[in-house]
Amino acid sequence: MTDKLFYLPRERFQFFLTCISNHCYQCIGPQLRDGAILYEAFTSVEALPKGYRDSQKPGEYRVKQNGDQRFFAWANGPQALKPLFFAPEEPMWRAHKNDEGFVVDGLLPETKSIAVIGARACDLAALKIQDKVFLQGDYIDPYYARRRESVFLVGVNCTHSASTCFCVSAGNGPRCDSGFDIVLTELDDGFVVQAGSEMGGIILSELNLGTAIEEQILLSNSATEYAATTQTRSLPEEDLRKTLFANLHHERWENVAERCLSCGNCTQVCPTCFCHTEAEVPALDGNSSVHMRQWASCFSEGHGYIHGMQTRPEITHRYRQWLTHKLGSWHDQFGTSGCVGCGRCMTWCPAAIDMVEEVNIICGGDRFWQSGEGAL
Amino acid sequence: MNPYLPYEAEIMERHQETDTVFTLHLRLTDPEMGRSYQFQPGQFNMLYLFGVGEVPISISSDPQEPHLLGHTIRSVGRVTEGMAKLAVGDRIGIRGPYGRGWPLKAAEGKDVIIVTGGLGCAPVVSVINYIMKRRDRYGKLTIIQGVKHPRDMIYREQYDAWAKIPDTRVFLSASSGEALWPWHVGSVIDLFSEVKFDSAVSVSMMCGPEGMMIAAIRLLLERGMPEHSIYMSMERNMQCAIGHCGHCQYGGKFICKNGPVFAYPDVKELLGIKGF
Repeated sequence: MTDKLFYLPRERFQFFLTCISNHCYQCIGPQLRDGAILYEAFTSVEALPKGYRDSQKPGEYRVKQNGDQRFFAWANGPQALKPLFFAPEEPMWRAHKNDEGFVVDGLLPETKSIAVIGARACDLAALKIQDKVFLQGDYIDPYYARRRESVFLVGVNCTHSASTCFCVSAGNGPRCDSGFDIVLTELDDGFVVQAGSEMGGIILSELNLGTAIEEQILLSNSATEYAATTQTRSLPEEDLRKTLFANLHHERWENVAERCLSCGNCTQVCPTCFCHTEAEVPALDGNSSVHMRQWASCFSEGHGYIHGMQTRPEITHRYRQWLTHKLGSWHDQFGTSGCVGCGRCMTWCPAAIDMVEEVNIICGGDRFWQSGEGAL
Repeated sequence: MNPYLPYEAEIMERHQETDTVFTLHLRLTDPEMGRSYQFQPGQFNMLYLFGVGEVPISISSDPQEPHLLGHTIRSVGRVTEGMAKLAVGDRIGIRGPYGRGWPLKAAEGKDVIIVTGGLGCAPVVSVINYIMKRRDRYGKLTIIQGVKHPRDMIYREQYDAWAKIPDTRVFLSASSGEALWPWHVGSVIDLFSEVKFDSAVSVSMMCGPEGMMIAAIRLLLERGMPEHSIYMSMERNMQCAIGHCGHCQYGGKFICKNGPVFAYPDVKELLGIKGF
């Protein structure tokens, strides 16, 4: 990342997109679809959610037209970058029958080079975590690796936090600190921009931009500072791995389970949840069969099922598994928390469960429930 | 290199162990793959039934004969019920081996206590056979095996043969007895009172229902066995076997890659707590 800050006037944003496209990237960016902001392919600046704001709280998401020129003055939508790299459903391999047995062919996805316009700090942090899961262990996941190969990331520093945002407390935002090729901070009439990679620098040089002046830099800093200071939620400031596992029998687990529908929405919108299930889809003629995978959730019945035994029969067990993993045992596995503070698990929860509140209560440690569990 | 792809293997032998348990001996059809394949007792393979899916099955044969891989399987679900119908000459998919096996190097020179319940004996039979073939490297071998019903007892003739080998003791129990069952009737845990061991020079390896293993661990600890001398094979839902699918998590551990064999101190934090 270079320290050099440039200024991109709003009227040149289309040219910015064109420059990126000229390097054979397909632009993917935020667009309003069915009342929510989603990431889809686009070419024209007209597709961006100009003037929209979002209002979020547990169990609620609304977008409103504010009438101004801003493209990125909202916090986030239901999708993160996850579906672009870890596909919700995809074929993995196909087995074909032959005379004696069968042969197996790997089915890697056909991919294009993509440029994501408007990746948020929480989403970039989540992408780094998913990279650890799929690319940095003993085995490289070839499907994720293929989709991740040729990606150009334009980050946007957040200037507006939703009530559900807690990236400051999670340590990820609202400014993007790394993992981008270019990063933007949006002002009324344009953007303060900075390159984060060699390719980002090349594209910025093609734009022939002027250096950002001090007033623009100050405005951009105060805009992200505003996003930081208006966040109202925060995780407990302690070793959550230790505290959560010390509170496995807290009465709150049963309390939250009475409200939780075990629908799995939180895991689907979570930008780091990586669980998936494999499924076999045989052809009707019986001569071939495709092995698929699809996103799975630890809230589903099948997740912990083994030959007649359910590892997590109660919703209490499932919610506790999810939360202790996300904030606790994730550290054991990947050396980081699994939570980036995006707040999606709360907004998209149909029962309006406030995960941050639950964690704070469970970590309060003053009310223990003696279950008699724990055989040793 | 796509770690998810199964390789074709041919069923060379099939043995019916009980009404629902059978053993398949498999040979990889690609000679190159067959030559390079190696495993440790306690590791497992993902077996694929064409058109139905995959299941994790531990390898029950000897690592010095990796060209013929034994898998003892109980038919309990769609995949294993389909596999039960396969015959010698049929083809199956195989990928692996995965996970960490038993601490057989560390156990050399020590007495070994094997505790198993139900089909738990399949993963530890690989250990028993391994030790039998290298009997001089290990001290006393004690085998404690419990089943629900005598008809669930797999490899029954082998146990009778093992019991006759010097320095080897076999203790068997069934929860419900029947005529011609010469062994104990009751819990496998009852057998411990008959078992004498020197906890300072013994290593225990166990596999079976978690409740049984927890009870056995408690008895071993009471009798002075150090925690780090107790090893257990754990089981959870597994789909990928390479630490990506998330199903087999046990707290911070992935059973598929950090296990399935664990030293007791590595899993004791959550052992016995329902829901993990």
